[in-house]
Amino acid sequence: MMNLESIPLQAFLLVSSALFCIGIWGLLNSRNAVRVLMSIELMLNAVNINLMAFSSYVDNNLIQGQVFTIFVITVAAAEAAVGLAILLSLYRNRVTVDMESFNLLKW
Amino acid sequence: MSIAITTQIICFSILSLVILIGAIGVVLLESIVYSAFLLGGVFMSVAGLYLLLNASFVAAAQVLVYVGAVNVLIIFAIMLVNKKEDLKPISDIKSRRIISTSICLTLLSLLIRVDLTNVWSLSSPQNSIGEESTIRIGEHLFSDYLLPFEVASVLLLMAMIGAIVLARRDVMSKDISTGLPVDQELIEKSSEPLLTNKN
Repeated sequence: MMNLESIPLQAFLLVSSALFCIGIWGLLNSRNAVRVLMSIELMLNAVNINLMAFSSYVDNNLIQGQVFTIFVITVAAAEAAVGLAILLSLYRNRVTVDMESFNLLKW
Repeated sequence: MSIAITTQIICFSILSLVILIGAIGVVLLESIVYSAFLLGGVFMSVAGLYLLLNASFVAAAQVLVYVGAVNVLIIFAIMLVNKKEDLKPISDIKSRRIISTSICLTLLSLLIRVDLTNVWSLSSPQNSIGEESTIRIGEHLFSDYLLPFEVASVLLLMAMIGAIVLARRDVMSKDISTGLPVDQELIEKSSEPLLTNKN
């Protein structure tokens, strides 16, 4: 086994890449609108892991990546609140959460 | 970090296994409630990864905001819209699955290739500020990131008002200024579902 001083940066990057791809797969294949929102949260978390890993390994004195992560968490919270509110009003109007039935804007 | 490298590797492996298996469960499980609780587990494990990266403040913020707010909000939304419905079968579901899965696998292989082949210019660990990261984040937020910080507060206010306006059901029966009764039909048509039978 290799003699390591710390976990390599690539390990964090691999985990976040896999998490991002799982999120995209869920986003494309879910039929429940709540699950789509959950997949978006997964993708945002993957991005956050990336930012934190880079701030710790590349920029460990001026940790600007951590500040960015704080902002991403803020935006994610706002996005979840507005997204779920839109979902509730959609459910009230169409009485379903099936993504396939929200095709009013289809050409 | 003062933890031995073996312990770090063990913690990292367990956390990333929980993250990946939990994420696969979130997208694949049949019951949406199980998915929501697994999502909470994924968020907690991501917070654990942040602790491994010496970022205690961001880990705490992750637990507070994601597990405490976003996950609870998602569970409430599931409670409000959870209705058993038999979904209409899609005719070309097979080809859609194949296309989306191949897109995801291609993207994953591309990302893995970039991760492993690129030479990252790592900084020296002597510069690390380690446990003082909370102090440094505070300095950033009140000096060079002051404008984004204030804009974020406006964004949160806008999101709060927007969520309330979008999600509220009841409207007042009388107009406040004129005292005339409000025509409820114009505002909310909750009793008759719009457009459900159109498609």
